[in-house]
Amino acid sequence: MATTVLEPTMTRTAALAKRSVLVDWLTTVDHKKIGIMYGAWAFFFFVIGGVEALIIRAQLARPEATLVSPEFYNQLFTMHGTTMIFLAVMPLSAMFFNFMIPLLIGARDVAFPRLNAMSLWVFVLGGLFLNASFLFGTAPNGGWFGYAPLSGRQYSPGPHMDFWVLGLQILGIASLAAGVNFFTTILNMRARGMTLMRMPMFVWATLITQVLVLLSFPVITVALILLMADRLFGSGFFVTAMGGDPMLWQHLFWVFGHPEVYILILPAFGIISEILPVFSRKPLFGYSAMVFSSAFIAFLGFGVWSHHMFSTGMGPLADSFFSLATMLIAIPTGVKIFNWIGTLWGGSLQFKTPMYFALGFIAMFIMGGLSGVMHSVAPADLQQTDTYFVVAHFHYVLFGGSILALTAGAYYWWPKMFGKMLDEGLGKFHFWTTMIGFNLTFFPMHFAGLLGMPRRVYTYPSGLGFDLYNLMATVGAFFLAFSILVFMWNVIKTWRSSERAPADPWGGATLEWTIPSPPQEWNFDDEPVVTERDAVWGMKRAAGVRMLPEPVAGDGKGIHMPGPSWWPLVVSLGILSFFVGFMFDKPWAFPFGPVTVFGLLLTTFAIFKWAYEAPDAHATNH
Amino acid sequence: MALPRALWRRHLPLGLLALFAVVVLAGCAGENYPQSTLHPKGDFAELVDAVFMKTVWWATAIFILVEAALLYAIFKFRGKPDDPEPKQVHGSTVVEIIWTVIPAAVLAFVAVPTVQTIFKTAEIPASSPDGQKPLTVEVIGHQWWWEFRYPELGIITANEMHVPVGRTVDIRMKTVDVLHSFWIPQLAGKRDLFPNRETRLWFTAKEAGEYPGACAEFCGLQHGKMLFYVMADTPADFDAWVARRMQDSVTVVPMAAAIPSDTVGPAADATGLMDTLTVSPMAQAAMDPRVAEGEKLFLTKACAGCHSLKAVGGPPVMVGPNLGGIGARRMIAAGWMRNTDENLKHWLQNPQEVKEGVLMAGYTLSDAEAEALVAYLRTKQ
Repeated sequence: MATTVLEPTMTRTAALAKRSVLVDWLTTVDHKKIGIMYGAWAFFFFVIGGVEALIIRAQLARPEATLVSPEFYNQLFTMHGTTMIFLAVMPLSAMFFNFMIPLLIGARDVAFPRLNAMSLWVFVLGGLFLNASFLFGTAPNGGWFGYAPLSGRQYSPGPHMDFWVLGLQILGIASLAAGVNFFTTILNMRARGMTLMRMPMFVWATLITQVLVLLSFPVITVALILLMADRLFGSGFFVTAMGGDPMLWQHLFWVFGHPEVYILILPAFGIISEILPVFSRKPLFGYSAMVFSSAFIAFLGFGVWSHHMFSTGMGPLADSFFSLATMLIAIPTGVKIFNWIGTLWGGSLQFKTPMYFALGFIAMFIMGGLSGVMHSVAPADLQQTDTYFVVAHFHYVLFGGSILALTAGAYYWWPKMFGKMLDEGLGKFHFWTTMIGFNLTFFPMHFAGLLGMPRRVYTYPSGLGFDLYNLMATVGAFFLAFSILVFMWNVIKTWRSSERAPADPWGGATLEWTIPSPPQEWNFDDEPVVTERDAVWGMKRAAGVRMLPEPVAGDGKGIHMPGPSWWPLVVSLGILSFFVGFMFDKPWAFPFGPVTVFGLLLTTFAIFKWAYEAPDAHATNH
Repeated sequence: MALPRALWRRHLPLGLLALFAVVVLAGCAGENYPQSTLHPKGDFAELVDAVFMKTVWWATAIFILVEAALLYAIFKFRGKPDDPEPKQVHGSTVVEIIWTVIPAAVLAFVAVPTVQTIFKTAEIPASSPDGQKPLTVEVIGHQWWWEFRYPELGIITANEMHVPVGRTVDIRMKTVDVLHSFWIPQLAGKRDLFPNRETRLWFTAKEAGEYPGACAEFCGLQHGKMLFYVMADTPADFDAWVARRMQDSVTVVPMAAAIPSDTVGPAADATGLMDTLTVSPMAQAAMDPRVAEGEKLFLTKACAGCHSLKAVGGPPVMVGPNLGGIGARRMIAAGWMRNTDENLKHWLQNPQEVKEGVLMAGYTLSDAEAEALVAYLRTKQ
């Protein structure tokens, strides 16, 4: 490390200051920098996934089109789904977990700062690995759900699905490590007085999401190990001729896959539950009901997986059970929507951009929720499943839900994260273009699906009545892409502006608004004490002010923060090497090739070094 | 941003509403949607449609009510930055119980017909509406075409399933490779095909017609072109089709040439099924010298290695689609192209261009050879 070559008279702080910006970001364990990197990489992958969507829509604009080959089309939709779920929406949520959770609970960092850095780098390397498959023309092509036996060695020879299996395995490590980290952080590092039932709703949503991650990711990990064994070592877990069963894959995949849906949406619920009270100037309606409904949704989420499999013919008893269990989810979800409207009711609504997106979220999510109830009706689902009706449904939930909420969160927390306000005029323009583009893209898909258009088809014959709806969807998709450009324009404009954001631009209720924008490395000069829910509103009321005075930046004297470390990045590289090795090494000839062995040794070595690294509390300022 | 914000606000919702109206009306309007789930032509699809429409009305009503409440709140409670703090309400147990119970009650109205329909559709009826025993059809999925077998009739065909109107069809499915899903929206919902277990589905067509269907489970490269048709025939037409299948033969030329117009073939005589068949078009076609040439090509150019022209007999699983009656089929290439002479010729000469990845390799066929094959296959009525 750089310190060893420095003159002894130089203080460590000065040495740290001299580190290059690149080294600083590569070795940081600061949850805020890690959060920003999560966001930047996730947005990068989001744009890649969006471009894939645009090519898909261009191909489907007209019937019987030949813009892309069937092979490339199959790669596009597989990677679009995989990217948007694992590389865009999940890490965009992780951006807020990272940046906001310590601030919301009044902590100076997460419980395991270096593990946090490792999660980030494993995610980034896993995402780059998955996308590197395009460079070889061998991107995954078996769907984001990887159904056996199509995903097996016999029907998907070549590296396509190896990239997918190994890439998801790498990404799973990042999710599990982050799950442990935030679960521990929230349970152990809350400010004094912040009991569980005083936590901001986004903290609750994050906590429950981590429980879902910790319980569901092991299932996909096991499923992927089995599939990897089938593909690489010639086992037969899903190979009928060897006594395996393709149904096993479907059950394992959806036992993970359905909770995954709530991993994508619960953080969005949390963000909305933060924004609505602030811009209604009134507490969240029915806080306890919101907590318990989230927990109930998460619990039920583990008991409904087979509603993805009604068309497999499981028999009337199983169909009935999974139909009814799925319908039950509508109750806590309905409670949430009603409580959000109850939060608005009687409030003094302030129409800022975050509020626009939050309200847009409610309006669109109602639609996605109701079409979800339609799928729960098993016989009706026999007509809907694997059609564009389902595509419409889950985009109303994942774009109309998750992405709108994440965008609301971005506008809401941008001043805290970067110390500058995103432009309001452009923000509202962004909102309206998003709403038009989104609805124009996905609303017609309901009709295409009900009129009989299957999913995952690279083209369709004319004369079935799909043409108009597909053309509309394509026009809408490009409009939606334009709205993303508006957002990027807004970010660039804000970046170049010199206007500083105040510490508390919105009149917030939570602890992050009591510290400067952006926060100092150590977040809080003094550890806050919480005596009630919406603690900051309480402080303001006690002080008789509407806005807290601008905080004076402290000097951080005596506050010890964890020092930077290379080892999380090195461990991540070792993990990447371990998995990539399975592709190069032809392991079915010899199970442990050199690249895998190197990865294993590097990971072990780096973990050892990590464990014995001096606790090196680099004081920010002695 | 100096956008005319008031203008946006006033006209956008109206514009969106108008757009939705156009879309909705277009969706309900027509008979131009042969693959629609909304226009059922069979009993299974009608059962599904009935319960689906119930949920649609409930969902629409809830959608309107909740969105209206949201919009009302948005317009009613607009505040200004310097307004006094609104009343700090934390919740209301009574209200929250009400809006937990009401959705639960509404769900009961959906749940009961759902379970009823699940059980109704799960049971394959013991007898058809016309009193007959259901007709068994075995569906075998292949990348990327459909094999249909009628065990009671001994008939094998591909990509176009003929069924009689009014008689329940008992479908038993399997795949020889990856998963597929059998779906004819106007007649029934989907059912997936597995390699290691038989799945079942049933339906009774209520109206004669040609119903397009599609594979609905992603099955690899040409999933998009794994289509098929169910031809619901009147009972008489169905019997005629069965009779023709019984009579399929590879060497049509001598037989057809030997038969004078307006008489029935020997096979039909034996089964007594052939009242309506006239062979004059075949006999006429047989005069075409290209037909004999086509037959020779069919037998020498490896076509016969995978394809059979006889719908009866044959191995338990076909390598390529059975071509009995190919000349009279509506579509070729698994429901993808109309069965015209030009399309058939193009398909024979450039299968990889029409449907990249299919097993049928590009056998080099000159224009004359391809035309001869087309002329020959056209005689297979």
